[in-house]
Order: sequence, then C-alpha cells, then structure tokens
Amino acid sequence: MRSRFQQGLDELKEKLLRMGGLAEQAIDRATEAYRSRDSKFCQLVLTGENAINEAEREIDELALDLLAMQQPMAIDLRFILAVLKINADLERVGDQAVNIAERVLDLISEDEVQLPVDIPRMADAVSTMVQRALESFLDGKAEVAEAVLQMDSIVDRMKDESFVVLVQKMHDEPSCTRQALDVLLIARNLERIADHATNIAEDVIFWVRGADVRHGGAHYRE
Amino acid sequence: MLRASQSTLRPLSLRRRLANHGATFFALATSILVLVPLIAIFVYLVIKGVGAINWDFLTKTPKPVGEAGGGMANAIVGSGIILLISSLIGIPLGIGSGIYLAEYGRNRFGDLVRFTADVLNGVPSIVIGIAAYSLVVVPQRHFSALSGGVALGIMMIPTVARATEEMLLMVPNAVREAAFGLGISKWRTTLSITLRTASAGVITGCMLAFARVAGETAPLLFTAFGNQFWNLNPNQPTAALPLQIFVYAISPFEEWHRQAWAGALILILMIVGSVAAVRITTSRGRLKGAA
Amino acid sequence: MGVGIEVRGLNAWYGKNLSLKSIDMTMPANHVTAVIGPSGCGKSTFVRCLNRMHETIPEARAEGTVRVGEMDVYGSGADPVEVRRRIGMVFQKPNPFPTMSIYGNVAAGLKLNGFRNRRQMDQLVERSLRLAALWDEVKDHLHKKSGASLSGGQQQRLCIARALAVEPEVLLMDEPASALDPISTSKIEELIFQLKQHYTVVIVTHNMQQAARVAELTGFFLMGSLIEFDKTEKIFTAPADKRTEDYVTGRFG
Repeated sequence: MRSRFQQGLDELKEKLLRMGGLAEQAIDRATEAYRSRDSKFCQLVLTGENAINEAEREIDELALDLLAMQQPMAIDLRFILAVLKINADLERVGDQAVNIAERVLDLISEDEVQLPVDIPRMADAVSTMVQRALESFLDGKAEVAEAVLQMDSIVDRMKDESFVVLVQKMHDEPSCTRQALDVLLIARNLERIADHATNIAEDVIFWVRGADVRHGGAHYRE
Repeated sequence: MLRASQSTLRPLSLRRRLANHGATFFALATSILVLVPLIAIFVYLVIKGVGAINWDFLTKTPKPVGEAGGGMANAIVGSGIILLISSLIGIPLGIGSGIYLAEYGRNRFGDLVRFTADVLNGVPSIVIGIAAYSLVVVPQRHFSALSGGVALGIMMIPTVARATEEMLLMVPNAVREAAFGLGISKWRTTLSITLRTASAGVITGCMLAFARVAGETAPLLFTAFGNQFWNLNPNQPTAALPLQIFVYAISPFEEWHRQAWAGALILILMIVGSVAAVRITTSRGRLKGAA
Repeated sequence: MGVGIEVRGLNAWYGKNLSLKSIDMTMPANHVTAVIGPSGCGKSTFVRCLNRMHETIPEARAEGTVRVGEMDVYGSGADPVEVRRRIGMVFQKPNPFPTMSIYGNVAAGLKLNGFRNRRQMDQLVERSLRLAALWDEVKDHLHKKSGASLSGGQQQRLCIARALAVEPEVLLMDEPASALDPISTSKIEELIFQLKQHYTVVIVTHNMQQAARVAELTGFFLMGSLIEFDKTEKIFTAPADKRTEDYVTGRFG
C-alpha cells in the first residue's frame, strides 16, 4: 500500500492517542485536586492546557495534509474525518478539565464544607468513559464504543441527582451557597466531558462501520 | 552526484569522432554512388537523343527503310494506348487484391494469394508475353494493343497489390475502430476510410508499377507486335516506344540509331512526366497539417 | 434524450478465455455510470460488448442480453452495424480520420451512412461541435485544417463531436481523458456533465477521482465479475464489499 500514506495515518493515530492521554491526565489531576484540596494539582491542569492546544493544532495540520495530498477514500477518508472530530472533542475535554480546576481553586480558597455529592465517583465514571472511548479508537472496535454510549445515561443521572441535592442544600444552608455552586458547576463540567466521550465513541463507530449513529439513530449510507 | 566542476562527461574521444564522421561520409558516398548511374544515363540520353527530336519526330510516322526523316508519333500514341489498357487492368485488380489481403486475408488462402503474387512478380516478362499471346492473340488470331495491355497489366498486378496491402496494413487499427464505432460497415470503412488514409502510398505503388511496365519490351514482341502506321484501334497491332526503340537500335541504319536515342529520351520523359503529374494533382488535395 | 441500458447475464470470451462472467447491470437513462477496476478486470471488454465492438476482434465473442432502450443488441434480428450507429463510442487515444478535414471528420458518420442534405449536414456538424465545446475554436477552419492538426484535447473533443453527429442514444467512453493533460481532462469532464442531459453515458476509467467527479453510479469490476454497483458516493465513502474497499483505498490495483 502507499507507505507514505500509511505512515501518515499511523502518525495521526499516534498523535491523537497521545493527546487523549493528555486529556485523561488532565481529568485525573482535576479530580485529585478536588479530592486532596491541593492547589498544586490545579496548577498542573492549567499549565498542561498548552500541550493539549498544541497537539490539536498539529493534528489538524497533518489531517489537512493527508486529505489534500493523498485523496483518501472510503475507510481512510472516514478515519481522517473521525480524527478531526475527535481532535476537537479532546480539546474541549481539556477545556472542561481547566474549568474544573478553576472551580477547585475557588473551593480551596473557601472553607471546606461537606456536600452530599460524590464527585470523585462521578469523575471516575467519566474518566472511564473517556478511557474506553480512546480504547475503541485505538483498537478500531465499534462494540467498545457502543458500550461508552450506554454509560452516558448513567452519568446524566448522576448529574441530575447532584443538581437536585445541591439546590436543596443551597436552600437549606445559604452560607455554603458558594461551595455548592462550585460543586454544581464541577458536576456540569464532568457531564460535558461525558458528552464529549460519547461523541468520540460515535465518531469511532462512523469510522469503523460507515454508520452515522449520531443523535440516537443508526444511518447506514443508503 | 555530478557536480559541474567534476563532470564525468568527457568530450567524445578522437576514435569516436572519426567513426562518426566516417559513417556519415560512407552513407553520403553510397547515396551519391546510387545517383551517379541514374544521372549518367539521363545525361547520355539527352546528349545522344536531343539532336533527333524535332517536330517531325513527334508528329510523323516512320519512313520506309532507307529514307531519311519520319518520326515515332505512332509509337508514342501507341504506348499511351497500351499503357492505358494495362492500367485499367492492373490497377483495379491490384488494388482489389491488396484490399483483400490486408483486410480479409489474414488466413491460409491469403497466404496463398500472397505467394502467387510474389511468384508472378518474378516471372520473366517474356514469359508473360507468351502467356498473353496464348490467351489473347491466338483466340483472336491477330496481334493487338489489347493483348499488349493484358500482358503489361498482369505484370502490374503484384506490385500494386503488395503496395496496397502494405499501405493498408500501416493504417492504425484505431482508424478502423473509429469508423466501426460510428456504425459504418466493414466494406465502406475499407474503401472510404482505410483506403483513403493509405491513398498516398497506394498511388505511389501504382506509379511504381506503371513506371516499370512502361519500359517493357519483351512482352510486347508478340502481343502488340508493333506497327509502321498510325493505329488507334486497340484491336489491331500497335506501335509502342520500347518496341520501336528495339527495332531501330538493332538496325544497321545510322538515322534509325539517332531516332532510337530520341525515342529512349522521350520514353523516359513520358514516364517521369506522368509520375510528376500524378504527384502534383494528388498533393493538391492535401490539407493543412494532414498526415 | 437518452435511454437506459440493461445488461443480463453477459458473458464474453477472447478465444477460449472467459473474460466477462455473467454480468448483470442496469444503467439508467441520462445518468453517467462509471466502470472502474484494476487492469485486466474486463471493464473495457464490458463496454465494448455494449455496442458489439468486442466481436470485431478475431476470435472474440459475447453472449447474453443487452437492452439499450427498446433495442435488443444481441437479439436474433440485430445488425451489429446498426447497433453501433445508435451507440456512440469515444476511445482512449483520440483517433480522428487523418486525411479528413475537421468538417469531414464530424460529418463522416453521416456521409457514409447515406446522408445527403448539405444544409442539414452543416447544421448537424455545427450542433455536434457546439455540444463538444469545440465550435468556437474551430469554426473558422472547418474545411481547411485536418483533424490531425489539432491538439490532443481538441482531437478528443473532435472525436466526441464525431460520435454525437450521428445522434446516438448512448455514449460509451473508454478512458477518454487518460491520454490528456489536466486542463483538457477537466474540459472533457465538464463536457460529460453537460452531455448527460441529452445522452446516457458510460465511462470506463482507471482514475477513481475522475469517476468520483463525473459519475452518479459506479460499478467495480474485478477479474471479469461485477463486484459492486452503487451510487458513486457510497462506493467511495462506505463500500459494501471489502474488495471494493481495498481497490478504492489503493491497497491494490
């Protein structure tokens, strides 16, 4: 096969997976920051953002090159399109991790308050989703990607529950409104990350099967 | 990598340059050598013959033996008649066979025809004359321009046929396919497209055949036979330039010898003239940039 | 207006070699259908069977059903010459008649089929040259310049005009642009796009990007069989057969 092209595709995959690793790392650090109330982890997330943005630029450029120079078709074309979209999703994941880190910094500056929301558990679930989505991309396995789609509803429920609980808390104890709000926002950020993981999984399915499963439907090309 | 300062291209060695020039010289020399006899003959003819060409020569019939004067007018016209008949026989039959061989005859029968044509080409002209004698003169019980035309026509056929075949085969198949693709039938394609494309070469082939038979003497010996007097009837013995030249040349008369030279010169001029005329008329139809 | 082509069970041989194996394919009217595949897959043979050009090669024959509109091309009463008049063909290497003028070339099909009316012929020649997007470039030299004096791209358009002059219903094109430079190629492609309003076009190409640019439907041939036949977008974004995918992504062929 055209080896330069194949090399390009391999490089694209490698770069994307590395970027995925950076995104996963950002989530983990943000979660750790929340758990340990240590601002050092927040700083790591904030400085790590540059690497993620740089990676996004590189991947976009390489993908554009391959499209222009190699005239990819069928599965190769779908792969590159999927890479471009996953690229964007991973960059947003990085952004959300930064948002979480900023909320945590705010929490640290305030008094610690006990809140009936298990953020680390939610973060774990979300982190798993991202991890599985990237795995499905690495192996090109649509079934693994489908499993990720299933997990999204779980995370959504977690978020909705925490909203209810936190709103109640703010009502009952107005003094911890600020902390409650922070945690509410963190929950929302986590839910957004889960959405991005879902997108990544959908893109993998599109690449592997040529099926458009976005927005709940399965459309094979007629 | 080659760098300009260290070019590995040397100028041609002396040996190679000499070989180059030597080969060019050889090619040039042999070409000139080929032209020399041609030019020599022509110049000689002109020198010997031009003196005897006058108005009488071109318009009068031969005088009786011993008398001065007279001409070869009847032989000139006679040759024209005989050659016309031979062309009418040789060219259509030759082109027809050539078409068959090229377009339809890539088979055993075609090979047989080809072989026959080649053999016919090699048959001595006097033998062809004898054949025409048996085929035409004997049944008719008299000599005639017609039988002379038949003999010469038979001689033209192989040359025309082979030339036609070669030229048709040189037409690229793409041209035929283009015609088929338009829904043109095979025979129409062959005549109107393929033959037309090959026409220049085919005409050359006809001219070659014509030039060759125009000078043949032996076949006419016992077919056209020759005639002292005017004769425009193809069914009667007819004078012909080669015959007349032959008779005069072996005669003991100086006057006739001079007329023989003149006759030879006229014959050459007639042949060259006809070929040139055909070339000019056919090239006028050529289009700008045509193959 | 063009007509559809329906092929059922088409087999073709070169001597004893079966080179097309039971092809079934339907090419709709006024569409451009591309036929792609690696060298030797039978795509040229297939197209040449549609207008019975295949059998002009010694020892070649074809069997099966090919319906072009109402006409049964291999039917018992069918005349190959008539079939070829109603189905036009443009070849890979431009092949104008070398000794004829531009006008002569375009009119050749008409003249040699007995057409006599001079004025109508003039009109048809102009119409064909316009359809082939060549009229403006040659209108002043119609009778003076020979077909062979044009550039490669112009020659090919001349051949297209020549094919169109006899008013076929279908136009077959066997790699029409493969001998041309990119500008001429894109002119021809543009032309094909225009032509489909009036004709049904079947184009053989080894250039997949060309098939993608020009054709609505594409058939993939491999070793004498039709592997996949579908809308062009489907063939090039998500083909159903792995062999199609391997070919289209350049993994072989």
